[in-house]
Amino acid sequence: MPDWNMLTLVGADRPGIVSRVTRALYQVGCNLGEASMIRLGGNFTIMLMVSGEHTDSEIQAALAPVAEELGLRLHLDPVQGGLHRHLAPNLQVRVMGADRAGIVADVTEILAEQGFNILELESDVAGHQERPIYIMNIQGYCDRTLETLNAALSTLSDRGVSVDVSPVDVLIG
Amino acid sequence: MAILDILTLPDPRLKQVSAPVESFDDELRSFIADLEETRLAGPAAVGIAAPQVARFQRILIMNVSGRPKTPNHGHLVLVNPEIVHWEGYAIGREGCLSVPDYTGNVIRATHIRLKAQDPQGQSHEYEMEGYEARALQHEMDHLDGLLFVDRVVSRRTDLYRRKVYQT
Repeated sequence: MPDWNMLTLVGADRPGIVSRVTRALYQVGCNLGEASMIRLGGNFTIMLMVSGEHTDSEIQAALAPVAEELGLRLHLDPVQGGLHRHLAPNLQVRVMGADRAGIVADVTEILAEQGFNILELESDVAGHQERPIYIMNIQGYCDRTLETLNAALSTLSDRGVSVDVSPVDVLIG
Repeated sequence: MAILDILTLPDPRLKQVSAPVESFDDELRSFIADLEETRLAGPAAVGIAAPQVARFQRILIMNVSGRPKTPNHGHLVLVNPEIVHWEGYAIGREGCLSVPDYTGNVIRATHIRLKAQDPQGQSHEYEMEGYEARALQHEMDHLDGLLFVDRVVSRRTDLYRRKVYQT
């Protein structure tokens, strides 16, 4: 049985979105789980685990006034919690290149062929408007060796994309 | 010999500053044996500090020799350790026996010079780099009531990112 809802929310960035949304959820008795909230371009985005015995429509109703006032669009999906099972990444892939369509697909297709499980991916369009550069940082788990992955990714450098794979060691102390 | 209970967050005792060891006796060495047994019983920890098992004295154990290609001093028991010099910095991911199911990125010095005593009270000096220096700094933080979660930097923070300053 899904015991959580995944709330997806997006709107033009402005101060106060997080506080207003989470206050409204708290007031109807929701508990919050893990979240990723970040500004992408000029938009503020939220992916947020929301628990409680509330139906989709109750949560929608609780958030409606805030969404209306701040111009936010939102969406809910029932999901399994799956908490307390963090997977630790063992590899980090840094990608950089002149921005062009297809970089993400090219890189991740190769990674997927190697059985690489992406745990986290963030990317930015940096540089100047007339000469944008694409910077992506992926952390994930893969049981292939560094050499195997580098060899698989080496074709990308011919296409003007710099890719660097390095180990992520988690020091437990 | 005994496996000791490990304090975990949010236990406020983890925030306590530990006191220097003054008596280098059999009781101390017996505790160190228990501490080592506790380290080995858990999930592959390269180090452990006394306050993690509720003994608030400046004692830690570390051993990074199991990691390939890592300069190290082998198995170390460090009593009253003191960093006298540090240099460089790097981001690395850390976890902790006292913070289950969480890892985060932390900035640490890459080279350190250290003074410490052994379980007999003899003084020694060490130079450490890289992973071993990171482990030492992680463990020494416990002696001062700090956890790596107190030092975590944003997951988006990385060394190649540069801040753009408005002029």
